[in-house]
Amino acid sequence: MTRPASITPRAQVLRGDFLKGWGIPAFRGAGPLLGLVLWLASTGEVEAAKIGDLAQVRWTDQAIRFITLADPAVRYACLGTVLLGVSCGLLGSFLVVRRMALLGDALSHAVLPGVALGFLWNLQKDPLVIFVGALAAGLAGAASVALITRTTRLKEDTALGMVLATFFGAGLCLMSMFQRLPTGNKSGIDTFLFGQAAALGPGDVGLMATVAGLVVVTLALGYKEFLLVSFDPGFARVLSLPTRGLERLLLLLLAFAVVSALQAVGVVLVSAMLIIPAATASLLTDRFHRMLAWSAAIGALSGLAGAFLSFLGTRLPTGPFMVLSAGVLFGLALVFAPGRGLLPRWLRQRSNRDRVARENTLKAIYQVLEAGGFTSESVPLEALAARRRVAVSEARSETRSLVVAGFATVVGDAVLLTPSGWQRACAIVRNHRLWELYLTHAASIAPDHVHDDAEKIEHVLGEATVRELERKLPKIDVDPHGRPIPSIPVPAAVPRSGGGAGERPVGYGGRRP
Amino acid sequence: MTPDASATLGDPPLEIHDLTVAYRDKPVLWGVDLAVPAGKLIGIVGPNGAGKSTLIKACMGLLPCASGWVRAFGKPMPESLGRVGYVPQRESVDWDFPVSVMDVVLMGRYGRIGLFRRPTDEDRRIARECLERVQMLPFADRQISNLSGGQQQRVFLARALAQESDLYFMDEPFTGVDAATEASIIALLQELRSRGKTLLVVHHDLPTARNYFDWLLLLNMRVVAFGPTEQVFTPDLLQKTYGGRLTLLSEVAEAVRARAQ
Repeated sequence: MTRPASITPRAQVLRGDFLKGWGIPAFRGAGPLLGLVLWLASTGEVEAAKIGDLAQVRWTDQAIRFITLADPAVRYACLGTVLLGVSCGLLGSFLVVRRMALLGDALSHAVLPGVALGFLWNLQKDPLVIFVGALAAGLAGAASVALITRTTRLKEDTALGMVLATFFGAGLCLMSMFQRLPTGNKSGIDTFLFGQAAALGPGDVGLMATVAGLVVVTLALGYKEFLLVSFDPGFARVLSLPTRGLERLLLLLLAFAVVSALQAVGVVLVSAMLIIPAATASLLTDRFHRMLAWSAAIGALSGLAGAFLSFLGTRLPTGPFMVLSAGVLFGLALVFAPGRGLLPRWLRQRSNRDRVARENTLKAIYQVLEAGGFTSESVPLEALAARRRVAVSEARSETRSLVVAGFATVVGDAVLLTPSGWQRACAIVRNHRLWELYLTHAASIAPDHVHDDAEKIEHVLGEATVRELERKLPKIDVDPHGRPIPSIPVPAAVPRSGGGAGERPVGYGGRRP
Repeated sequence: MTPDASATLGDPPLEIHDLTVAYRDKPVLWGVDLAVPAGKLIGIVGPNGAGKSTLIKACMGLLPCASGWVRAFGKPMPESLGRVGYVPQRESVDWDFPVSVMDVVLMGRYGRIGLFRRPTDEDRRIARECLERVQMLPFADRQISNLSGGQQQRVFLARALAQESDLYFMDEPFTGVDAATEASIIALLQELRSRGKTLLVVHHDLPTARNYFDWLLLLNMRVVAFGPTEQVFTPDLLQKTYGGRLTLLSEVAEAVRARAQ
């Protein structure tokens, strides 16, 4: 393995200058030692970056390698992304319910200078050193936000936006200094921008496992305290809870989670792993403990999916694929979530619309029959169309949906109600006329003003409300326009009137005056 | 001094001395002195911006005091918070938060449960009992955003009941509540009072204040009057409470602020 001869002196110059700038002369002239460290670091680096560097791989081979978990690198990548998904998902839930999503963004961007300085410390990818550097930078960022909001009139979102950009800019400046370093070292720090799960080593995964364990144990122990501090901090203080300590603990855990996740998902997108799984979880449940569980599961799943997808190609960054997977899961939840998803809601609305349309057709049929004094039992489609003020073809399609629902049969160009259709028609006309009667009687509204309101209310009156109306109204036989209010026939007890009752699909017998 | 009076002086549930509270160097409460007798239902009334909510928040230590001290049951307030119940304003929390009615009422037990422990069956029984007393038990499993304003208010009340305290602070517990609910809440407060609890209730409706409360605290940046309702609810004192801003105090406050900057 050959390496350009200029590596060591250039790195040494850079490092010496940098430390001199910070007034640490003690480290100057450590050239030979530094060279040794650098050599060790770069061999370790080649080992770690090998998976991503393989050229000319077939994605099917990669997929098989991933799924069989044969490769230790794959095992580390899987374990790491699952752990990061869990800790980010859990802590992100707190950010989402407290409407502090931007804090995650600011914290994750603010760690970049710490990552760069952590690198600079010994010019190698030592997880612990980078962890400490990033943590310090992240907490310095959070402290700056607190300082700005406390001492100026600027609001928190402004402070977060400024700190986020400034720290990130500082980090980029520091990193651009590494661009002059030889490739072996540079690739290590690149993974921190967009993430490279394949580059995770046992040290990284150990750190992530420690953080995830810490997060899970802390939240399990202090669930009720963190819940109360998030929901109603004033009340928490009246209960003498150590609110400030709890807040700081939460922030510290958040910084831990962000920093430990950096290598796998990258500085730029780690905040998305805090927010998206938690947002998805909030679509699926309205209890906080279930939201935590969902969020952790979705975070782990997105992490795994991102690791898998980035593994299929060569040198693909993990972060974007991870966030993309989380986004897709969110989209699925948005559309399909039971009860609140767009699709269930749309289906509900559509079935409601269809029901209202059917009921309006039934009502029109009743009115045609009523106009004819109930002498005929079949209604010609033309008469129905005229009543509904639609074309005959439309009336035909309307009756077809009644037939499908079992409310009517069509014989030639006429429609006949079945017993259940007749019952439903009576109910809807009864609702309409009872409501009109109630409005004129109880609310003293003029009879010519009540029809439009009743047109809407007739479809939503429940059985209990109808009973209530019947109790409240003194006379329920005639509506304000002088038309009789039908009672609802009981199908089993329909007395057939007149001859040939056996063939008739309709019975009027339940109607009382 | 009659024996009766000295009995009230010994360890009153709430004692405030020379309390001054300021927002950004601008005083909103000046030199409040109060000795609250035990077993009274006390209404705190005054115009908007009079510092009613500020007073109770400062009492519980939720706001920093510029000067003065607050004692409860003969001890400094922080040591007595275990005997204090609190109903905050309804707007103080996010009602879209993913918790159920039962979860919120159980929060009233957290002070007694202790750090890092789980609520026991006994805590749940007490929480259910408190929900029953505000007629909200049927809603126990409902998420809190699916409640009307009056129901949300009753959930907060149930949470305060679950605290099983001796001194209660309530910040406008009647806002957004219909007349029937208001009547049942006031009956509940009177029952608590008859069991020896002391209640301080911020109230914004003057006509009902007269019927609801035993004692009234008329407040407008300072204590205008504090005493039994029949003695304090007089046109003269009400005029002093509601009649215009306290121009001189406001001007001085403005001058103090200008100098501080």
